[in-house]
Amino acid sequence: MTDLTNLTELTIKEAARMLRLRAFSAAELVTAHAERIERLDHRVKAFLRFTPELWEKQAEEADRRIARGDLGPLVGIPMAVKDVLCVRGVEATAGSRILSGFKPPYTGTAVSRLFAAGAVMLGVTNCDEFAMGSSTENSGYHPTHNPWDLDRVPGGSSGGSAAAVAAGEAMIALGTDTGGSIRQPAALCGVVGMKPTYGRVSRYGLIAFASSLDQIGPFTRSVEDAAVVLEAMAGHDPLDATSSNRPNDVLHDFDAGVKGLRLGVPREYYDVEGIEPGVKAAIDKAIKSLREAGAEIVDVTLPHTDYGLAAYYIIAPAECSSNLARFDGVRYGFCQDGQNITESYERTRRKGFGTEVRRRVMLGTYALSSGYYDAYYLKAQKVRTLIKRDFDTAFEKCDAIISATSPTVAFPIGSKTQDPLSMYLCDVLTLGGNLAGLPGISVPCGMTEERLPVGLQVLAPQWREDVALRVARAYEVASGVKAEVASIPSPLGGEG
Amino acid sequence: MDWEVVIGMEVHVQPTTRSKMFCGCAVGRLGDPPNSNVCEICLGMPGVLPVINKAAVEACLKTALALGCEIPRHTKFDRKNYMYPDLPKGYQVSQYDLPMSINGFLEVDGRRVRIRRVHLEEDTGKLIHAGDKLHKALESFVDLNRAGVPLMEIVSEPDLRSADEARDYAVALRTLLRTIGASEAEMEKGQLRAEPNISLRRVGSVELGVKTELKNINSFRALHRAILYEMSRQTEVLESGGTVVQETRGWSEAEGRTFAQRSKEFAEDYRYLPDPDLPPLEIDAAWIEELRRALPELPGARRGRLVSQHGLPAADAVLIAADRELADLFEASVAAGAESKPVANWIIGEVAPSGKIPTPEHLADLVKLVTAGSITRDQGREVLMESVETGRLPSDIVREHGFVQMSDESALQVEVEAVMAANPRAVEDYRAGKKQALGALMADLKKRAPQANPRIASDLLLRLLG
Repeated sequence: MTDLTNLTELTIKEAARMLRLRAFSAAELVTAHAERIERLDHRVKAFLRFTPELWEKQAEEADRRIARGDLGPLVGIPMAVKDVLCVRGVEATAGSRILSGFKPPYTGTAVSRLFAAGAVMLGVTNCDEFAMGSSTENSGYHPTHNPWDLDRVPGGSSGGSAAAVAAGEAMIALGTDTGGSIRQPAALCGVVGMKPTYGRVSRYGLIAFASSLDQIGPFTRSVEDAAVVLEAMAGHDPLDATSSNRPNDVLHDFDAGVKGLRLGVPREYYDVEGIEPGVKAAIDKAIKSLREAGAEIVDVTLPHTDYGLAAYYIIAPAECSSNLARFDGVRYGFCQDGQNITESYERTRRKGFGTEVRRRVMLGTYALSSGYYDAYYLKAQKVRTLIKRDFDTAFEKCDAIISATSPTVAFPIGSKTQDPLSMYLCDVLTLGGNLAGLPGISVPCGMTEERLPVGLQVLAPQWREDVALRVARAYEVASGVKAEVASIPSPLGGEG
Repeated sequence: MDWEVVIGMEVHVQPTTRSKMFCGCAVGRLGDPPNSNVCEICLGMPGVLPVINKAAVEACLKTALALGCEIPRHTKFDRKNYMYPDLPKGYQVSQYDLPMSINGFLEVDGRRVRIRRVHLEEDTGKLIHAGDKLHKALESFVDLNRAGVPLMEIVSEPDLRSADEARDYAVALRTLLRTIGASEAEMEKGQLRAEPNISLRRVGSVELGVKTELKNINSFRALHRAILYEMSRQTEVLESGGTVVQETRGWSEAEGRTFAQRSKEFAEDYRYLPDPDLPPLEIDAAWIEELRRALPELPGARRGRLVSQHGLPAADAVLIAADRELADLFEASVAAGAESKPVANWIIGEVAPSGKIPTPEHLADLVKLVTAGSITRDQGREVLMESVETGRLPSDIVREHGFVQMSDESALQVEVEAVMAANPRAVEDYRAGKKQALGALMADLKKRAPQANPRIASDLLLRLLG
């Protein structure tokens, strides 16, 4: 029997090796995580609900597989799942009151592939309602706290997942990224977070926010772990017409380093408005480290960056206004009856949805209205094409693009809730990747003076997850910066 | 001054597919238990995605080809957004500005009715209200068996000018769809729903009047009646100095009238949006060619051939070509050696109304027996029925029953004389100039000697009555 307290700080790779060596069992590994959750999560509040029946059953099955000599890299690895992914029989609410009590009758593709690979589900993590937000404060249930400073946000919308991995409450957490919802919280919580190319991972089972932008991706504590999880869940799915059947060799040349690679630094991202000096300093250091590792750093430009935010805030709300129409209280979830069907719709949606969701549904409804469609939605789609072209042109001069993931570090809870526009600016460096459908990864690149994590974003051309992962890995090796488990001070003194 | 009616047709047709438009559920049948053909996809559960049913696309393309439509290389699906409890996703997946096909035509009674577009979409579910009137219903139930069932929408230009033409158009469309195997197109089963839009204008005017759209039409007869009713309703409105309101009107079969359902004065804004879950379709030119080559002979072409090749009158050709099975029977029977005109008469007069289809060999055999005068037409009818039921050759049935026509004059004379002896009064009347008395004598003869050849017998009777 090993000391179980350290089990929650391992990477997947380390844990898998020790599971095979019988240093501990999958049941012990999941128990160690359950105990840490028990001890800390009432303060971090990363989770919305737990799935003990599922984890017991899956850990037992994992131990049987290990006993049979199954060498799969994810067998027995504890995983948390963002509240927007459907798992049969497990309440899924997308962080919204309107879905309270909804238990999906099916399991989505990405999750079922990870279950098949042997991952063990711990529970469901908190997020901004319907993934709309950058701080997890828009959750219909409660905010999540940043494990590095409990008074600050973990980022969002996948803040619960990022916080769970940062706090050592899970080894893998799944998130979704529509405008930065994996990469930005990964940066703010000091973990690795990856958004794959649009179409790489099936969206079947992902409660849609903006269908043309949403992608599922992993949070982990190392680049290699992220690659392993991505590999297990990626690939064509007959249930998702937008999923690709391209080959899935994301670990190609993983350890080849950056020597000879050209890394582009877009001046619009480097000097983005509002970038904090601490963030800039960390990025400068990262650039230096990559140059020293042999990369050629080149200047590139993404001239339509300024229009990206505006285009995103037309396209995403437009799609969400349509995607969220099904939440009408008729078939599942919350319902507030009225005198007639229209009144019932109005009451259900007014009470079931939070402010930000209602704001975006209204924005999107307006943008699609007859007479406004051309001026807003169509125009935004044209801008989207221009942004894609910006990236195409930039990638003629470089193999990957590097920048800060977020212009700021984690901000205090409540500091931006009254100002939606300042919240929207959190995604300014990430949403271009969604508009262009690119793969992107955020890796920890050190801490500011106030001990808050900074993230380095690597963007690669479509379907070149291998390049993004290779650069991120090279940085991880060259800099020696690793994702750490945050130690959370106990209110009574001491550390957790 | 007289009014002219202008009619355009919107027809929804359920293509023949096993599964629904975007999921693997069976399309099911009328009368299946409520919500028995449903899954998380057609229920619009959170997180689900649609996948296009290739069989539905193929049926739509075949229909488009048969209607002579252009098929653009690129087509896409759009979301039509509106909330209603029979629409689980809050939007209907349909096609807006890039439909599967455009600019075709359908020939109806020798005239071309232009087709504006043929596109694919999904059906909605059904609401069942407890109580007979919606506004009095205490509860409503939702049955989503139909939700997600594929539908082709076939939209004509306003080229029809009478209720007859509108009905003939719908019938011709049904024939075409059945011929190419794109749909069973049974109106009673809701597989074909015709929604005419109707407006009136002064004869000679080129501008269109305000139109109304009619729904809830369940048969060709109802289509005809509904249009006639709506024409007279609009005429009354206009002639009393009023204006027609643009609206959707329902047809009540029981009351024989249309009633206002939904005003279109404030057009609903459907906020069409290209469906981001369905990548645009690129229709492969080779696929189109393959489908085009595989199309059977279309009813219009066959009708023409029945006239030119088989010498049928146009009216007969229309009736026979309207049903692929009958047309096949006709041509095969002629190939089996029977004369074309009598075969057509037997098909139109006997086979079609009975709905029982003999084999071409049997029909040819029967027609030959009647044409040769071996049996009477009345006997032929019985033999045909028996042949269809037992599957036996008509010649064998005739031989077994002794159903042979009496054409021998000496034998007939005995029967004719017996009839005259039994009806002295009628004989007297006839000879006194009451020619209609002949009918009574012939009727009696038919009773006594059913096998008598009626033509020879009546000649003989006339001669003996002298």
